[in-house]
Amino acid sequence: MSESQKSFLKKHKREKIIIRLFQILIAVTFIFLWEYLSSHKIINSFIFSSPSKIVSTVYKLYLDNNIFNHLFTTIKEILISFSIGFIFSMFFSLLFYYINPIYKVFDPYITMLNSLPKVAIGPLILIWFGANTKSIIIMALLINLIVSTITIYTGFTKTDKNLLLLFKTFNASKLKTFIYLILPNSYMSIISSLKINLSMSFIGVIMGEFLVSKEGIGYLIIYGTQVFNLDLVLAGVVILVILSYIFYKPISILEKNIMKN
Amino acid sequence: MNKVLSICNLSKNYNTIDGEIKALDNITFDMYDNDFIAIVGSSGCGKSTILSILSGIIKDYDGCIDTCNQKIGYMLQSDCLLPWLNIWENAILGLKLTNKLSKENILNVKNLLKKYNLYEFKDKYPTNLSGGMKQRVALIRTLATNPDILLLDEPFSALDYQTRLVVSNDVYEIIKKENKTAIIVTHDIAEAISMTNKVIVLSKRPATIKKIYDINLNNPSTPINNRNDEKFMEYYDQIWKDLDKNV
Ligand SMILES: Nc1ncnc2c1ncn2[C@@H]1O[C@H](COP(=O)(O)OP(=O)(O)O)[C@@H](O)[C@H]1O
Ligand SMILES: [Mg+2]
Repeated sequence: MSESQKSFLKKHKREKIIIRLFQILIAVTFIFLWEYLSSHKIINSFIFSSPSKIVSTVYKLYLDNNIFNHLFTTIKEILISFSIGFIFSMFFSLLFYYINPIYKVFDPYITMLNSLPKVAIGPLILIWFGANTKSIIIMALLINLIVSTITIYTGFTKTDKNLLLLFKTFNASKLKTFIYLILPNSYMSIISSLKINLSMSFIGVIMGEFLVSKEGIGYLIIYGTQVFNLDLVLAGVVILVILSYIFYKPISILEKNIMKN
Repeated sequence: MNKVLSICNLSKNYNTIDGEIKALDNITFDMYDNDFIAIVGSSGCGKSTILSILSGIIKDYDGCIDTCNQKIGYMLQSDCLLPWLNIWENAILGLKLTNKLSKENILNVKNLLKKYNLYEFKDKYPTNLSGGMKQRVALIRTLATNPDILLLDEPFSALDYQTRLVVSNDVYEIIKKENKTAIIVTHDIAEAISMTNKVIVLSKRPATIKKIYDINLNNPSTPINNRNDEKFMEYYDQIWKDLDKNV
C-alpha cells in the first residue's frame, strides 16, 4: 500500500471517529442539560420530567412486573402488522405488475386512500371491529400497506427494458425472469418498503393503542397523559425510541449486505 | 451448401396510439451454412426488427420465415450484463435460463472464457471490465447455449473506434473458430464489408432490400487487414451511394 493510500485511509478512519464522537456528545449533552435544568428547577420537572425520573419510572414499571406485558403486547402487534403488511404488499405488487390493468383500474382509488389521513377513520374501525388487538392491527395495516405496496411495485416497474429483452432472447420463463431479474433488481425498493412498513407499523400500532387498548406502550402513554403522570408518558416514548432502533437494525444490516453485492 | 434460413416477403407494422409504423416491407433473402451476412441501413430503418422476428421475440408479422430447425442465439445491441452478477455468473446466465446447465456446457463456457482471455476476470463484476471485454462476455453468454445461427445487433456501437476494430476482429475470429453462421446488423459500412461475405443494404423506413452484395475480396483475411484490400474501397463507395442518408 502506498503512503498516500495509507494517509487517505487514516484520514477516512479519523473522520468516522470524529463523527461518532459528535453523535455521542450530542446525546450526552442533551441528557445532562435536561437533568441539570430540571434538578435546578429551571424547567418544571413535573411537566418536562427528567432523565433520572424516566429511568426510575421504567425501573418501577419493571418492579411492578407489568412492563414486559406492555412491551410484549406492542412488539407482538408491530411484528404482526409488519409481517402481514410485507406479505400483502408483496402480493399486491406482484398482482399489479403481472396483471397491469388491475393497477390501472385501482390507481385513482389508491391515490385517494393514500392521501386520506387514516387517523380520521380510527374511531370507525373501533366501532366496526371492537376494542381489541384486531382493530389495532387493521389500523396499522391501513397505514403501512399502501405505501409499501407502491414502493415495491415501482421497484418492479423500474426493471431495465433492455434486460427484460435479454431474458426474452433466452426465452426465459416468467418465473425465471422474476427470480433472476426483477427480484434482484428490486432489492433496494424492497428494503425501502421494509423501512417504510416498519415506521408505519409503529405509527399505526401506537395510534391503535391510543384508541382502544388496555395494554401496550401506547396505552402507557395515553394512560400517563390522562392521570397527568408525565414521567410515565416520557418513559413510554423512550421505550419506543429504543424499540424502533432495535427493529431497524436488522433491516439496515440486510441493506448493507445487499449493497456489498 | 445447406440452406439454414429463408425469409420471404417479410413485412412488419407496429401499431401504436399515434398511428401505424410500417417498419419492414417485403424483405426476402436466404442464408446458407457458414454465411456471415451484414445488414446495413440507416438508424431506425428496421434492422433490429428483422432480428427480433428471426429470434422469435416478435411473433406477429406478415410473410414467412423458415429457420430450418436451427437454434438461434441473439446478442442485443447493448451488452446487457447483469450488474449484480459476476462475469462467471453472467456468462452462464443463458444456460441457466434455457435449462442447459449441464457439466459439459459449463466446461464449454470455462473454455470459451479461457480462450478469449476473460477467465481471470471471472470473479469480477461488469463495472470493472472495459466495454470490449463486456461485449465478449455477452457474446460468450450467447455462444454458451450453442446456437446454430448467431444474430448480432450492432454489437460494437457502444465502443470507441479503436476498441471497435480490435473487438470486431476478436468477434470475427470467435465466430469463425466456433463455426457459426451469423447475421450482423450495423450501420458501419466498413465493418460490414470487412467482416462478412454478404452485405444486404436496406432502404430507409419502411425497410426494403435495396441491394445485396456478395463480398469477394482479393485477399480475404482478418477484418482489420480486409480494410486494406484493393476491392474494399470499391464496395465501400457503392454501398455508400446505395445508403439512404438521413441528414
Ligand atoms: N415496439 C415498437 N413499437 C412501435 N414502434 C417501434 C417498436 N420497435 C421499433 N419501432 C419503430 O420501428 C422502426 C424500426 O425500428 P428498429 O428495427 O429498431 O430500427 P433499427 O434497428 O434499424 O434502428 C423505428 O422507427 C422504431 O421507432
Ligand atoms: Mg436497432
